[in-house]
Amino acid sequence: MAKLNINGSIRDVEVEPDTPLLWVIREQVGLTGTKYGCGVAQCGACSVHINDEVQRACSIRVGDVRPSDRIVTIEGLSPTSSHPVQKAWAALDVPQCGYCQSGQIMAAAALLRRTPKPSDQDIDDAVNNICRCGTYQRVRAAVHLAANDTSRT
Amino acid sequence: MNTIIRGKTAKLSRRTFVIGSAAAGGGLALGFNLPSGFGEAAAQGAVGGGTEVNIWVAIKPDDTCVIRIARSEMGQGTITGLAQLVAEELECDWSKVTTEQITPGTNLARKRAWGEMGTGGSRGIRTSQDYVRRGGAAARIMLLQAAADEWKVPVGELKVANGVITHAPSGRSVSYGKVAAAAAKLEPPDPKSIKLKDPKDWKIAGKPLKRLDTADKLNGSKVYAIDVQVPGMLCAAIKDCPVFGGKVKSFDAAKVTGMPGVRKVMTVKDTAVAVVADTWWRAKSALDALPIVWDEGAGATQSDATIAAHLKEGLTAKETNGSRQNGDALKAIETAAKKVEAVYSTPFLAHACMEPMNATVKISADKAEVWVPSQNVEASLAALSEGSGVPIGKCDVHRLDLGGGFGRRGGTQDYVRQAVVIAKEFPDVPVKLIWSREEDQAHDFYRPISQCRLSAGLDGDGKLVGLHVRVSGQSINATLNQAAIVNGRDMRQLQGFAEEPGDAQLGYTVPNLLIEYVMRNTHVPVGPWRGVNTNQNGVYMECFIDEVARAAGKDPLEFRRALMEKHPKHLAVLNAAAEKGDWGKPLPPGVHRGIAQFMGYGSYSAAVAEVSVSDQGKLKVHRMVLALDCGHAVNPDQIAAQVEGSVAYGLTATLYGECKVKDGRMVDLNFDSYEIMRLAEMPKVETVIVPTYDFWGGVGEPTICVVAPAVLNAIHAATGKPVRSLPLKNVRLV
Repeated sequence: MAKLNINGSIRDVEVEPDTPLLWVIREQVGLTGTKYGCGVAQCGACSVHINDEVQRACSIRVGDVRPSDRIVTIEGLSPTSSHPVQKAWAALDVPQCGYCQSGQIMAAAALLRRTPKPSDQDIDDAVNNICRCGTYQRVRAAVHLAANDTSRT
Repeated sequence: MNTIIRGKTAKLSRRTFVIGSAAAGGGLALGFNLPSGFGEAAAQGAVGGGTEVNIWVAIKPDDTCVIRIARSEMGQGTITGLAQLVAEELECDWSKVTTEQITPGTNLARKRAWGEMGTGGSRGIRTSQDYVRRGGAAARIMLLQAAADEWKVPVGELKVANGVITHAPSGRSVSYGKVAAAAAKLEPPDPKSIKLKDPKDWKIAGKPLKRLDTADKLNGSKVYAIDVQVPGMLCAAIKDCPVFGGKVKSFDAAKVTGMPGVRKVMTVKDTAVAVVADTWWRAKSALDALPIVWDEGAGATQSDATIAAHLKEGLTAKETNGSRQNGDALKAIETAAKKVEAVYSTPFLAHACMEPMNATVKISADKAEVWVPSQNVEASLAALSEGSGVPIGKCDVHRLDLGGGFGRRGGTQDYVRQAVVIAKEFPDVPVKLIWSREEDQAHDFYRPISQCRLSAGLDGDGKLVGLHVRVSGQSINATLNQAAIVNGRDMRQLQGFAEEPGDAQLGYTVPNLLIEYVMRNTHVPVGPWRGVNTNQNGVYMECFIDEVARAAGKDPLEFRRALMEKHPKHLAVLNAAAEKGDWGKPLPPGVHRGIAQFMGYGSYSAAVAEVSVSDQGKLKVHRMVLALDCGHAVNPDQIAAQVEGSVAYGLTATLYGECKVKDGRMVDLNFDSYEIMRLAEMPKVETVIVPTYDFWGGVGEPTICVVAPAVLNAIHAATGKPVRSLPLKNVRLV
């Protein structure tokens, strides 16, 4: 039994405490925008925000998450898909297959919260998620575009 | 190409649609005929929403145009491109276009009205563009006729734009949604009588329009097959014998049956063990805890070293498995003023699709369904019917857009076959099988391993007088399509070296030329991998040509140009890359250029790479310029996206890609050791599209084959040493 704060809602889940947060989000909570890619914190497809920091949910035991930890998944990033990162992604047609893009977007959003005007080096360091379609060039451009979104708060 | 019928042991090619029937030992014969008419199918009613004007176009009362798509979307933009082609001829309002994917069950029920559905070989647009455009045009003609009939005016007096038909003399107008029902009742025009638009008049096709399928990829709402949640669903994890060709000897189910959620522990097809549980994580946890004893079989003696020795023997073997030649290359090289020789090698590679293999199957007495990511949904349908025993007419495939394909999810459908075996144990219960990343890496159909020996002769003026290329390596056809190997001859492994124009022609004319393939198979299964054999052959030919150019004391670009006079399309693309890539112009200190050109999938590609190599041997790829002639450019922005993606996929292979084999099994089972290039290493990519509009070529695969050789040639320029073995992580550059 665990109590989780996901996207502002409190969820009680029946699950073994060593279950990765990723699989609790996907299988018990039913939010499937957070993806399984590797299970070993390498690819970043499972990236979520915990207390505003980007984390790889595949490698966090649900038993180590406190009820007070604020978990935000891709579904909770913006109620209307209007986060500056989402808008920039749409403007540049970043996704190809799209499977890794939840994680890319969550990594980019966390970067911009921390570093509103990131350099290329900042992006290199912070957005190191794997994309097999090879959208990297557009990911970089879209992070810069989002950083220049004047409507951003 | 027509019918192939096989039993359950059949090896399936992604280019071949097979419906086998194990029970009958025969199968259902289905042709590959192109869709040729619109009438009969249309008479049978709409697939989804709207009034079906013909099989490609349905229109709703609110003027929404629903364009039907038969091909699979795996990120390559096919849905958008095909919709653009239909909409162009339909003359509809692009902002009112939606798309709908046809299931293979529907296609079969309607006598394969939509034709072939397989999506591989960069064929999505090029092999269906003609009939989908005719479909759009036929619908337009019928809609116009319906308006003319209603107004009782000659159809020639009508005009149409953005889905609104106008009759200027009477000042009347009507939108498509209002006449669709009447149009659907009309006799369709003869497709052959339809005159398609000249591409120079295109307003929707040929434009860099935004993709139609982006929105739900940005907020987590897009459902991939791995995300499917069917009521009452169970989940399965699987482990196949880590040694290819091995079997299950025994397992101790009692050790895990008491674990939370576990429902069943079972063998799958003698070679694998699966655990079924209420969630996937519980199934995987139990599988990880399950003691399994394998009968590893003969493959367990194989390793990188034994495989390399096997291939090396082929470099000098007497017998070959296909060749092309003109003149007497061996003699010309032997008697040449100068001789250049080299041996190259490339390893096995995994596809590593971000979405691991998975399939959800539900089997009932009179119905079977699968939810699956598939590049060949008709092969998925066949696998479902064959494995479940449910007649094919009572099976269907819920096709979900793929989280990457790259050739992995074509005709083999191995993961669907497994899921069917498991689901058969749970009648009426949907079971979702998901492979772990480790299983995905351990049981791919890998890019084939090969070695290549090349020798060239130069005359006293540095002109190429003879070239001998011998590829020794594994055959994709031997794994997947043995029927394509006739009398031991298998030309597929020489992709890119063809004499004949059209698909994968070598762009050079050499007075004495001999190109040979020697088949040396291993126990590791191989298959198509984005760009397939153009990858390896592009490295071999293009890196060696650079070596020969240097031996001749000539500029690599000029040396190539001299060999390409009879190949103007290859040459034009090479020149486009060279021009945009600033070939010959000054570079910053320490930065060097490399160039390459090659052909595959009916399209011509060339690249210029700019790299630097530090004193410590660290490589940086700064910039790549790629030129592509794909004939017709349907969506230039999506073509650029594919080119950018091919650079990332190709550079990952160049830098890191290698599936090592030890004790008969794959060694690198996750991304910690099977490294994938990240954003930080992505060079600046510039795409130059030079469409000549006199043919239709592919887009998804053609450019990858020039990525590695352009980079390797730039490294050669930087270090003065050729790189002849990949990946670069194993090579000391200084």
